[in-house]
Parts: sequence; structure tokens; C-alpha cells
Amino acid sequence: MDVNQDHASASATPDPTPAAGATPVYLPEPKRLGTLARLAPEPMKVVLNWGRRYSLWVFNFGLACCAIEFIAASMARHDFIRLGVIPFAPGPRQADLMIVSGTVTDKMAPAVKRLYEQMPEPKYVISFGACSNCGGPYWDSYAVTKGVDQIIPVDVYVPGCPPRPEALLQGILKLQEKIARESLGERYGNAAGATDAAAVDAGARPSAAALGSGLVAAPPTPGEEQR
Amino acid sequence: MTETTVGIGGAAEGTDMVLNIGPQHPSTHGVLRLRLVLDGERIREAEPVIGYMHRGAEKLFEARDYRQIIMLANRHDWLSAFSNELGVVLAVERMLGMEVPERAVWTRTLLAELNRVLNHLMFLGSYPLELGGITPVFHAFREREELQNVMEEISGGRMHYMFNRVGGLKEDLPAGWLGRARQAVADVRSRMDVYDRLVLGNEIFRGRTRGVGVLTPAAVHAYGVSGPIARACGVDFDLRRDEPYLAYGELGDVLKVVTRTDGDCLARFECLLEQTHNSLALADACLDRLTQLPPGPINQRLPKVLKAPEGTTYAWTENPLGINGYYLVSKGDKTPYRLKLRSASYNNIQALTELLPGTLVADMVAILGSLFFVVGDIDK
Repeated sequence: MDVNQDHASASATPDPTPAAGATPVYLPEPKRLGTLARLAPEPMKVVLNWGRRYSLWVFNFGLACCAIEFIAASMARHDFIRLGVIPFAPGPRQADLMIVSGTVTDKMAPAVKRLYEQMPEPKYVISFGACSNCGGPYWDSYAVTKGVDQIIPVDVYVPGCPPRPEALLQGILKLQEKIARESLGERYGNAAGATDAAAVDAGARPSAAALGSGLVAAPPTPGEEQR
Repeated sequence: MTETTVGIGGAAEGTDMVLNIGPQHPSTHGVLRLRLVLDGERIREAEPVIGYMHRGAEKLFEARDYRQIIMLANRHDWLSAFSNELGVVLAVERMLGMEVPERAVWTRTLLAELNRVLNHLMFLGSYPLELGGITPVFHAFREREELQNVMEEISGGRMHYMFNRVGGLKEDLPAGWLGRARQAVADVRSRMDVYDRLVLGNEIFRGRTRGVGVLTPAAVHAYGVSGPIARACGVDFDLRRDEPYLAYGELGDVLKVVTRTDGDCLARFECLLEQTHNSLALADACLDRLTQLPPGPINQRLPKVLKAPEGTTYAWTENPLGINGYYLVSKGDKTPYRLKLRSASYNNIQALTELLPGTLVADMVAILGSLFFVVGDIDK
């Protein structure tokens, strides 16, 4: 209901966008729409966000030590299924939440990005452990990507090396709070209202051609640009 | 990676299919990648593509001092952290000619064996999971939590203990810990029949593993395979018995080197299982000995700047997954000049090129899982 309204009104207002570059003082159109969307269909927002936060089908990107703690968190003692996190997603295309647990190396980074892009919207990412937060103990390694947030957007960071299963549970609770606060206008308003190329780059999903293309190159290692 | 080779005459020769498994695939538990060339359902060639987990630990060792190295060393094989620390400190102690207090030696032996149980439990649980049986992994993690509680109480870490120091251990055991450790060992042992009967007695499990993926002793020697996988092929070699380090020399009557002759997946699993039983017995023997030992120091006072004298040494230990070796070259600095790491899984996984061709795709998961590898240990 809300989504339809949002899309309709956003597509009807492409005219202020050329002017937005010249006069950046005025509020851009999608922002005002977002406010409206927040006000009007509150029950829809509550129902959608409630549904989303308690059925997070998780895709475990298990890379290193933290993957073992992730498995421990899914087992009987810690049991995150009681929080509505379901670890049976057959692959990224069926998942809502990706948990990157472990060291992302430069060789692995393109695959991480590729699998993130294969996930359908709405999608969330938890970075689990010091390595995927910032490189962790491998901060000065030549082969390690210093944080998975260089490749994909991260919603919640869980610190620790490896974090305890309880820390993952806390991270999941934080993510659920974040989903509960989420405004549909912000999520869908921008992407639908953006017509010029710069705005598309900022908020839109990758095109079908981008998804079918070859693997992207790994981000450059700091200090290797000179070579 | 999707090259297709078309044979001459479609009917006479089929089309080879190149199948890429991984790097993100549930059966590889980690990020191992396999490139298979298939002929119908049969695997014609298999090539493990490694390096997706390469973190450059060996180079980082050269930028860390001898205290800090331990912290990186226990992370390459994250399931046997304590045993990995042990190799580094043994090498440095040997370079320094350092004598380790008796209490520290016995406590290290105890913790190494508890770590071995932890490691084996993970595979005892995950291997049936890969074959389609979900239940055992829940049991395995219950036992793991028991032992991890005990390990956490002394070291503060659930997986990466950081409890070894050059010259001993970080600190003495807390009061009453020996009793709690004994209780945990007894609890784990009392429930080990889950694997003896529920897993090993399951006819589907036996049907999927018996006679599958037979590794020959010749291949074991050729590829440098070690650990329970080598012993399952009848290669009777265990550093704990054949070149005793720590207190294993005095544990000869308890230590049992488990061997099988079949070399198939079932034999590998049986080796792992019986080794777990033996490790629990060893842990009990260490606990007995520790209660009799007179009080004394558990570590040594170290100089502020720890420098190994110039020279080289090679320390190897029988890690849960196989032989783990550290070749340490020192030029007398605070940091090693070179610390070469010989990890068990790296050699074990190379045998896949020999093991997989000729088998069915459906058996690939069974064979891969039965090699008990940790990807960090392959790629370092």
C-alpha cells in the first residue's frame, strides 16, 4: 500500500531534479516524500518491519575462526533461531541477512561482493569479528582486505576475535532494532525518485547487466598503488 | 572457469564438463575451491584451488616479536589453537635452551589433549552433517561447550587461548580447576556413545563411507599426508610416540596410536573417534599426575626484550589434524628472520588430486569431509 503510493508519487515528480543541482538549498523531492510516507501508513510500516525483523533468513559467509562461533551460536545452547534468525537459506538468493564471519582476503573479496549483489532486497549485513570489521590481527597483512565495509555496506559490526556467541545475539538484536526503526520512504523513496545518473549510483540496486558481468577486481591494497 | 571441451564424435566421446565447487560452498566448510572435470557422474580430474584464505601469516611473523607471534600462530588452524601455540613456543624455547618447569609441561600436555578432543568433536559432528545427518552436530557442540567452559576459565578465550608463553604458561591454574576439568572430561566421555552407536552404527552412514575414497600408503608418503588420515591407511606414525615432546614420553602406557588399514572414509572417521577416546584417557592421566605434582612455578621470568640467539631450529608437533612444524631462523633480533610454517591440512588436501578421480560426484562430499581439514591451515 505504502510502497505503491510512494512509487506513484515519486515517478510523478521528475521535474525538480534538474533544478536540484542548481539550488541545493531546497529540500529535494524524495526527502519530502519520505516524510509523508513516514507519517501516513504507520501501520503498514510496523507490519512490514515486524515481519522483516523476525524472519531473517541468514546466509552465513563463513570464512575463518568466527564461522565456528557462528555455528556455536546456532546450536542448542545459544540458539539464535529463537530470535527469528533462520540459518537454512540454501544460498544468497533466498537470504535476507548475510553474516560475514572471518577474514576477507583480497582474493575472496570479489566473491563476497558478487554474493551480496545476488541477495534480494531488503538485505542486511552483519560484520562478525575483528577481521571483517577492520582486518583485525591481520591489519598489516598484504593479502587481507581491511574490513568488509570496503566492499559492501554493513549494518551492524560485532567486535571480538572471535566474538562470543552472545555477542552475535546482541548484534542480531541491534539489527532488529534498526529494522524496526526503518522508514519505508527512505528505503524505497530514493531509489524510485532518483532519475539522474549520480543519484542512481548512490542508492539504486545494480543492473541486471552488472550482475551477469564478470567478477569485479579486488580493491587495491593500501601502499600498492605505486607499483 | 566454464570451458567446455568437445570430443571428436559426440557419440563416441562425451563432452567433458568442468564443474567449479566453491569457494563458497557448504560442503567445503570454509573457502576451498575445487575444479572438477566430469565425465557424466564420474570425476575425471580434480584440482584444489587454494589461497582464498591466505592471510600472509608467515610474513607477519617477521614483523612481530616472539610474544606476539603466538597470537597469530594460534589463528591459522582455528580448531587447534593451543597446539599451534605450542609449536612456536617449543621452537623458541629450544633456541634459547630454556628449561620449562615440570608443572607447565604437564599442564601443556593436558591442555593440548583437551584441545585435541575439541577439534575432533567438531569433525565428529560436522562429518555426519555433511552426509545428511543433522543430529550429531548438536551433540558435538554440547560437548564442545562443556570443554570450552573449562578452557575459558583458565585462559579467558573460547577458541584462541593465548595461554602459552615462552618458558611456560601464562599463569597457574585456578583453585579447584582440576576437579572441574575432571568432571568435564567425565561428562564428555559419558556421552561419547552418541558417536560410537548413533553415528558409526548407522547403516546409511556406513553405506556412504565404507570403501569410498581409499587412500593408499604410497599416496600418503608421496604427498606427506599426516595425522589421523595417514594412520587410517595403516601408516603408523605419531610424533607423540615416535619423537615424544612435552610429557608424552611418560604417558607411553596410556597413549595408544590408533591405526586402521582400510584407508577409506569410514576408517578415517573411526581413527578420529578412537583418538578422541584416547585423548580423554590421556587428559585423565595428566590430571592424575598434576594433582600429585608438588607446587612450583609454571613459567619463567623473561627478559624485557626477548631475543632468540642466531641459528635455526625446527620444532614439530602432532597437531590434531596432523604434523605441524615451525622452521625458525633467527638472526638474533627481537623478531624471527623467517618462520616457516608446515601445516597439516596443506599436505593432506593435496591428496585430493589422487583421491577424487574415478569417484562419483555424490561421493565427493563424503571424501572431502573425511579429510578433516581447516581452510586456514591450508592457506595460512
